[in-house]
Amino acid sequence: MKIDFVINNIPKSVDVPENMPLLWVVRDVLDMKGTKFGCGQAACGACTVHIDGDAVRSCSFAVQYAQNKHITTIEGLSSGEKLHPVQQAWIEEIVPQCGYCQPGFMMSVANLLDKIPNPTDEEIDDNITNICRCGTYYRMRKAIHRAATIKSSQI
Amino acid sequence: MKKETISRRGFIFKTGVGLGVLVGVGVMACGPLRRTIAEKVDQGPPGYKNEYEAYVWFELKPDGTITLYSPKVEMGQGIFTALAQIAADELEMDFKNLKVVHATTNHGPIDSLSTGGSLTVSSLYQPLRELAATMREMIKANAATIMGVPVKTLTVKNGEVIGVNQKLTFAEVASKSTKWDIKIETPVLKPNKDFTIIGKPIPRNDLVPKVKGETRYGIDSTFPDMVFGSVARPPVFGATFQSVEVGDVAKMPGVVKVLTEKNFVGVIADSRVQAEDAKKALKITWKMPNKLAQQADVDALVRVGVGKDVMIQKEGNTDILKKDETFTKEYFSPLGVHGHIEPNGAAAFYKDGKVVVKMSTQVASITRDDVAKALKIDKENVDIQSQFLGGGFGRRLQTPHAIEAALMSRAVGKPVHVFFERNEEFQNGVLRPPTHNVLKAKLDANGTIEAIEHHTASADVAFNSAILANVFKPLSSSIGESIVGADFGAWRGGMIHYKNIKNYNTTAYHKELPFQTSWWRGLGLLANTFAIESFMDELAHYSNQDALEFRLKHLRDDEKGRSIKNVLTAACEKAGWGKPLPAGRAMGLACSIDVNTPVAQVAEVEIKNGQIKVRKVTCAIDPGLIINPDGVKAQSEGAIIMGLSATLFEEITIKDGMATPNAFGYYPMASIRDTPEIEIILLSSGDKPRGVGEPPIGPIGAAIANAVFNLTGKRLNRIPLQTQIT
Repeated sequence: MKIDFVINNIPKSVDVPENMPLLWVVRDVLDMKGTKFGCGQAACGACTVHIDGDAVRSCSFAVQYAQNKHITTIEGLSSGEKLHPVQQAWIEEIVPQCGYCQPGFMMSVANLLDKIPNPTDEEIDDNITNICRCGTYYRMRKAIHRAATIKSSQI
Repeated sequence: MKKETISRRGFIFKTGVGLGVLVGVGVMACGPLRRTIAEKVDQGPPGYKNEYEAYVWFELKPDGTITLYSPKVEMGQGIFTALAQIAADELEMDFKNLKVVHATTNHGPIDSLSTGGSLTVSSLYQPLRELAATMREMIKANAATIMGVPVKTLTVKNGEVIGVNQKLTFAEVASKSTKWDIKIETPVLKPNKDFTIIGKPIPRNDLVPKVKGETRYGIDSTFPDMVFGSVARPPVFGATFQSVEVGDVAKMPGVVKVLTEKNFVGVIADSRVQAEDAKKALKITWKMPNKLAQQADVDALVRVGVGKDVMIQKEGNTDILKKDETFTKEYFSPLGVHGHIEPNGAAAFYKDGKVVVKMSTQVASITRDDVAKALKIDKENVDIQSQFLGGGFGRRLQTPHAIEAALMSRAVGKPVHVFFERNEEFQNGVLRPPTHNVLKAKLDANGTIEAIEHHTASADVAFNSAILANVFKPLSSSIGESIVGADFGAWRGGMIHYKNIKNYNTTAYHKELPFQTSWWRGLGLLANTFAIESFMDELAHYSNQDALEFRLKHLRDDEKGRSIKNVLTAACEKAGWGKPLPAGRAMGLACSIDVNTPVAQVAEVEIKNGQIKVRKVTCAIDPGLIINPDGVKAQSEGAIIMGLSATLFEEITIKDGMATPNAFGYYPMASIRDTPEIEIILLSSGDKPRGVGEPPIGPIGAAIANAVFNLTGKRLNRIPLQTQIT
């Protein structure tokens, strides 16, 4: 099936099985490896991308539903050389360890801050349900609050 | 003690016009092997011996950067940063110009040991410094030749060789050198007080690529024209592949080939989805085991008193405990999974009798040997190229997917990518073995322990693993047979470290299970510490003594004992041990010592809506010389979270030959919601680094359980604790 979408502001057209999860289109067909496979069941969030402004777990999102949508992946989170406030905060708090789950987390957090610019701890708990097995959560929470501050100072 | 230095070892030395210089060394920094394996694994940094040496290389490039080829892999523990700090300090160069990459097996005989056991920094510290100093002196010598001045007039600082009237950058020395002479004598190393890079909380050198999503992990590996494989794996423990009816599957869209090997069947297709669809359509006959494994079997097998028993520690005489007035308690921990977020995957390309495999592995050289054996080719024709690991935790010590990918690539003449689905990670991976611990003690009239016995039962950790067979076999002749007979991975953390007690001993019981169990971060450390430290708390409570004072008085006044006392005191002081807390909260205390690194933790908990909520963990750790304080803190925080998750929530049970649950959503792991405030206090005794990655996972389970007891009066003796409170 031929599917058109815009990914990180670049129009793309792919011809793939319609039931193929968007994750594998991004990773295998478009060869963008920043979006990760963790569980294939939308349980861990490693594959989180934005589709038309919503955080979506792309391992469980059939590519046919991406027709004509705008997709953002970790590679498109920064604008050029300027890192997204979430990425800046992640660096300042030295969050990643193995780093594998981090793109999914940063995409989830970036989306949270779009919707709730200054989330409380409880709002973070309710919305950030990704899994990090290295256990970087303590720094992550600090980084989320820091990102909110950086982002609000940029407006 | 005779100290082996690198000058007695063979160097690897290559130069070429315009290529800079490559200098490497076989590492042998430890003295004679005179301690027992028990001490090595439980308390001390192990030595490398004979052919089991680690190798490291530096390459000076014409641009003045130096690349360190690491025999150990980066799986999040921050070793690339720590190794760069150690090397750059001795090389007197900018940390940023010291790059670290994974050595591949074709670079030479890289580390035959695994990456694990919290050993990377402690084992490479000395040889890496010696090699770095040698490299620095070689650069200095060449600079002297170029400048036409005596070497002794030169100093090296910030990547420059400085003379009286002139100076040369490393880049200038590299590009102007035509010949290099290796220094035979190991140069004098810096005294610790002169360190400028070691000890600094430098942000990890893989930070920015990881935040940009640029880092490549094993599963991200590709080759041009790669196709995708999917392997059918046994549905239950003990089942083996018997036969397959391929039928029309070979004609399904995108299918390149259905490959039937002796012990597996796989499909190779143009896309991943096509390979998986085709695999599901295969009619496979499995040879089923006579009996499907059940949880009741596991519970009966892993039991104190069952299986082979070996006394691994003995001091004095504990016969007094045979009388009936002793204090006896038991503790349990369940099966668990690693829960690494990157599933195991590999990309292999077989061409003209040689194969390259890109993947995440903690045992590159063992993986190479396995692939060579399976393909019946020479080891030299297999190149395992380690990538960054999306978590290790011991799961990447078994690498059958490397063999699968290589066989599939050979069958289709193209590169093939293959990986474990998440449910396969649960069912076809390896599990953390369960444990059963029984402790007995007798207190005297003063509330002092007269005698204590620890019985610890578990299944395979080191036993039946590739590493044991490959690495530890040569050590067995030089150590007591009694220790060799016990699985040292299973009893890690199981020895009594309260050595101010006159009579104590530890016995390990071992039984194989009908499925594979193996290494998990800290091995037996979490479960054994949960048992010992819960028991110490019970004894303190039983005899109306403060949990801190009770521990302190049973620790011996020697170096090790004092190091544990110091972390206990530091953690308690910072946490406000003994001070009043808000209503509904209580603290619990526990400590452990692993690879000579003592750790004490105070957990502060409350119960909310029937859930144990850990609000704060205060942790004191003494890892010796600290290479990177931020790295030690990060590892401690991570170990606390992983241990908290395992202690509160996680459990695998076996039903009809299957691990349940077999999916992330149903296997409850801690999320940000479950994360307490964490405070890490760093102590630093001694002049060399010790292990960091695993020791801080030791006390957390007991600290939480002890806090819950102090809050509720209910003693939780079975992990996961949450299932006991509701």
